[in-house]
Amino acid sequence: MATVDTLLLECRNVSKAFGAVQALYRVDFEVRRGEVMALVGDNGAGKSTLIKSIAGIYPFDEGEVFFEGSYVNIHGPRDAAKYGIEVVYQDLALADNLDVVANMFLGRERTRSGFVLDESSMESASRETLNGLSVTTLRSVRQRVAGLSGGQRQAVAVAKSVMWDSRLVILDEPTAALGVAQTRQVLDLVRRLAERDLGVVIISHNLHDVFECADRITVLRLGQRVAQLEKAKTTQQEVVHAITAGTLDQVPGMEAAGAAADA
Amino acid sequence: MTEHVDPSAPPAVTADVDEPPTPRPPEGEGASTETLAGFAQRWWQGVKTGELGSLPIIVGLAVIVVIFGLLDDTFLTERNFTNLLLQMAAIATIAIGVVFVLLIGEIDLSVAFVSAVGGVVMTLLLRPDDPGWPWWLAILAALLVTTTIGFLQALVITKAGVPSFVVTLAGLLIWSGVVLILTTQASTVGTIRIQDETVVRIANDFLSDAAGWILGAVAVLAYALAQLNTARQRRASGLFGKPLSVIVLQVVGLAVVTFAAVWYCNQDRGVPYAILVLIVFLIFWSFIAARTRFGRHVYAVGGNAEASRRAGINVDRVRIAVFMISGFMAGVGGIMLASRLRSVATNTGGGQLLLLVIAAAVIGGTSLFGGVGRVVSALLGALVIGSITNGMDLLGLASGTKFVITGLVLLGAVLIDALAKRRRTASGAV
Repeated sequence: MATVDTLLLECRNVSKAFGAVQALYRVDFEVRRGEVMALVGDNGAGKSTLIKSIAGIYPFDEGEVFFEGSYVNIHGPRDAAKYGIEVVYQDLALADNLDVVANMFLGRERTRSGFVLDESSMESASRETLNGLSVTTLRSVRQRVAGLSGGQRQAVAVAKSVMWDSRLVILDEPTAALGVAQTRQVLDLVRRLAERDLGVVIISHNLHDVFECADRITVLRLGQRVAQLEKAKTTQQEVVHAITAGTLDQVPGMEAAGAAADA
Repeated sequence: MTEHVDPSAPPAVTADVDEPPTPRPPEGEGASTETLAGFAQRWWQGVKTGELGSLPIIVGLAVIVVIFGLLDDTFLTERNFTNLLLQMAAIATIAIGVVFVLLIGEIDLSVAFVSAVGGVVMTLLLRPDDPGWPWWLAILAALLVTTTIGFLQALVITKAGVPSFVVTLAGLLIWSGVVLILTTQASTVGTIRIQDETVVRIANDFLSDAAGWILGAVAVLAYALAQLNTARQRRASGLFGKPLSVIVLQVVGLAVVTFAAVWYCNQDRGVPYAILVLIVFLIFWSFIAARTRFGRHVYAVGGNAEASRRAGINVDRVRIAVFMISGFMAGVGGIMLASRLRSVATNTGGGQLLLLVIAAAVIGGTSLFGGVGRVVSALLGALVIGSITNGMDLLGLASGTKFVITGLVLLGAVLIDALAKRRRTASGAV
């Protein structure tokens, strides 16, 4: 089981409300070093709220967050970046008109004498990072992102997130728009991140993908954690059951929402 | 645990036995682009997927030269060539600023009258006795005024979130009003003569033949050294550099064009000072756009402002800086225009100037959709628009006909841009 020193991120009893809507209610969430933690749940279960709060987009109302064993206060994206938390959002945040190197160094360009871009050094570093992650599908790192396929873009976005001393990488639906072969490549990439001893959180609606690459699975339902499962000891049926009918500590408003099933 | 994600560290040992850690295919980019053929092939691939670059413009220029050369005997003369350069110098100068604005996906409709404000302010400050400033101080003051105008407009655009189209449209009206007020106050006839020889010489005097040759040679040499240096540096860091054959071809191409232009100018009166000013700014801003962190951010903001914001780029600051560049370059162009006419008047900055400047930037290949284009497109576009205007003037076409043709050329350029953009999107959506 998780000992203190393998725990990378731990959220204890975190809550978040938007006006009258309780998006998260006393959620516990943890990620270990070198593991892939899947975060699953139906629409509106609070997955996005949880990761956005961890990333500092909006802070939790209540609860405590520990990173590498110490209490942290994340108030903005910059705080999150400081601790090495990187989020790869669904829209990937790439500039289509720039090449792969420029995108990987966007906002953190290396320069010589202060303001002249050091292209050679950035290109070498980009290539090394991509090679290190065994991303082999790119024809050239000087290709514009506009010309890349969905899987290649995802690979670039993920590679970009690991360039910066990151320790926790959060991926929001990385396979949502991809074909079979590209999904395979991205899931392999996710595994490689964990092998580098990073903590990885992956949000997905696709349980097949989750069972492919995750070590553990956290299930959210209506803003509460209803299950935390080890992949090796669970089944898809069990996860689906938790997503659609997991036991809630507290029933917010009406019960009706739990009836909608989504496989 | 930091060392595990250090990008310079060797690839982490993976459990993935199917895939070797460094499976870069041998036919990778390094091999295929070291040769001239590989380079040309890659360029043609880019053209097909909508990366047109300067191709349409060079084709367009060639067509224009042939057509007007056939229709009118004087079009290709040395004298007319020099005149054409003088006519388009100010347009190209102002268009440099517009290129930056277009690169971030905005528009600046105020540039023509901002340039007029610059010209008028300088002219007023140069009046002897009242206040009789030295030429350099008057020019500095004018540029300060136009840059500040750009700053103010950008403040409204960024802080209040008003589209640049509307803000600079209002600016167009406001600054045309200011020009009117200033010129009518200073002179009852509405025209103020520039009474300073140095300023008049900017657009009315020429380099000596020898100076023209020397400057041309220096420019070509500097370009060659820069290219060689980049290639050498890339090879030193283990990357593929541009093949020497390509560099030689490019340098020779530039040398031919430059020396031909210098020679042709020298047959007449020489290389105009205004062109020297234009080239200096062109090189400076090209460097800023292509080689600096700020330039990279300009392209990033134009490509995806949200991604830039998330990457920690201060998007508003980039926007403000770009509108200040636009104001500054408008000021420089306004001074050139005033110098050429040796005066400013109530109608300075009016007429077709705005249209010609924006047309120059767009025709030169800067995308209206943001993020795509180069500073040099200001010069190329201005050459096209200048040649067309000049040629039609020589043919003595009626104003109406000239407007229609200029409009059609602009429309054609925008259509090429839109089609190329569709091509780029299509090839990107694999």
